[in-house]
Amino acid sequence: MSGHWFDGVSPRAAKLLTLLCVALVLFPLIASDYLITVLILILYFAYVGQAWNLMMGFAGQLSLGHALYVGLGAYAAAALYVHFGVSPWIGLWAAMAIAAVAGGVIGFLALRFGVAGVYFAILTIAFAEFARLAFDHWPWVGGSAGFFLPVANYASNDLINLRGSPTMFYYLLLAMTAAALVSCHALLRSRAGYYWLAIRESPEAAQALGVDLFRYKMYVVVLSAAMTSLGGVIFAFYYNNLFPEQVFHISRSIELILAPIIGGIGTLFGPIIGAFLLTTLAEGLGELMRLLGIDVPGVKQVFYGLCLLVVVMFLPDGVWPPLARRLKLEQQRSQGLAER
Amino acid sequence: MAALLNIKGLSKSFSGLKAVQEVSFEVPAGEIVGLIGPNGAGKTTCFNLIAGVYRPDAGEIRLAGSRIDGWRPDQICRAGIGRTFQLVKPFAGLTVMENVIVGALNQVGSVRAAQGISEHLIEQLGLAGKRHAAAGSLTLPDRKRLEVARALATAPRMLLLDEVMAGLRPTETDRMVALFRDLNASLGLTILMIEHVMRAVMALSRRIIVLHHGQVIAAGAPDEVTRNPAVLECYLGEEAL
Repeated sequence: MSGHWFDGVSPRAAKLLTLLCVALVLFPLIASDYLITVLILILYFAYVGQAWNLMMGFAGQLSLGHALYVGLGAYAAAALYVHFGVSPWIGLWAAMAIAAVAGGVIGFLALRFGVAGVYFAILTIAFAEFARLAFDHWPWVGGSAGFFLPVANYASNDLINLRGSPTMFYYLLLAMTAAALVSCHALLRSRAGYYWLAIRESPEAAQALGVDLFRYKMYVVVLSAAMTSLGGVIFAFYYNNLFPEQVFHISRSIELILAPIIGGIGTLFGPIIGAFLLTTLAEGLGELMRLLGIDVPGVKQVFYGLCLLVVVMFLPDGVWPPLARRLKLEQQRSQGLAER
Repeated sequence: MAALLNIKGLSKSFSGLKAVQEVSFEVPAGEIVGLIGPNGAGKTTCFNLIAGVYRPDAGEIRLAGSRIDGWRPDQICRAGIGRTFQLVKPFAGLTVMENVIVGALNQVGSVRAAQGISEHLIEQLGLAGKRHAAAGSLTLPDRKRLEVARALATAPRMLLLDEVMAGLRPTETDRMVALFRDLNASLGLTILMIEHVMRAVMALSRRIIVLHHGQVIAAGAPDEVTRNPAVLECYLGEEAL
């Protein structure tokens, strides 16, 4: 089984990956609570970044409204739990279904009316904004005053209702991120994966080779939406509060795409390395500012902007591809898929 | 022999410009037919109509008897017509192998099987040494070969070749000619080719159709067509004699 998972991964990369997994699994044994919360952030951004990357990195469909799917997933699972006592393990299916339908509607409208490229991106923003306004005025889920989950008793971990310590959420997110990596790796090597890459590179040529553009674009939008919504479920149960102004805000959508952009769009490891770099640097910067006693609002955003600027100027493919070459991780035989 | 491709009264205008007018011709199964004519004669538009890129204003296109006009390009590919692009469109960021695999996935569902098919075609087109090179790094002749390999990978009954010989050296042209002749003989592959390289057209075609100003001005056997005064005047020129 593991042989199949590592299909197309060089032995060296497989070894390093295993080492990383072991380190991450053992991490909570030695880490402080603060470090665990930072790692949770990293894993969260790595996970949702991977989900976004599926759509943009593989199939070339730019979404700037992925906060919509995070928010829908978060509200769906939270509302089911608060109002009906439904376990998030059941709620997540509803979350995925709702996000998938939303993604499907957006995808269908865009494809039906030939909205592509930048205009498609604007459409995704518009839908996230619609959702923000709608949830702001929906009293059933608290409206603009926010929606709150009963705060957990951290003394015991209730895995069934996702009430518990950060360590529990850490392991959950670790499993999700690993699963996302493995599934995206497998997807890339499937027929759909090849078709997505073909669509990204040249839609006309792909179509001339028998690729049904509508079908495969719909697949990727729906899949990415459903995958992103799971991040939302975790978000809701980890933070215990949801405000439309925050969850659906465009800054959330932007924040979510920074990790894959900085790590390397279209690479499997890019979202992970990007999330790690961005979050640790931003947190480190925050710590430094606190130590120096400087309080500048918005410094994190400025920092993100600078990171983006540096990467776009000096590493247009992101951090991961050159790093993979430096670490000699790409396979000898192929420079193509292995590097992804 | 029955016609594999049957075109009747095909017309297409672009904002008033009649690119293709009332074009009718047939491509019999198992034959190689050349489509020639001066620049702007409507050859590529004709191809794009057959391949489903444009919807015809009027006329019918039949593949083995069934109407295919108005179908999408991917449907037409699945129906059995493979095509190359005059302005090559490689998947630049993918390797040569991956490019061909995308085509091969039209005939088989599994990536592993598609790899086998692609390996063979890459060999056939002389791209074996570059199978793991990014398609964007290839020279123009190699890109043309890749176009052909990709189109063949879809397992077409009929192949539309849009100037695949352009830019090739004479020895390379001969090799390509030999390949198509072989595919035609061994698989019965039907070919409709737009080509300016007369050496290739004459070597391969059993029939030639000449387009001028969007209309068919001559059709017939190669030696017949090349003696046709109208063709000489508009396209081949006196020196061709």
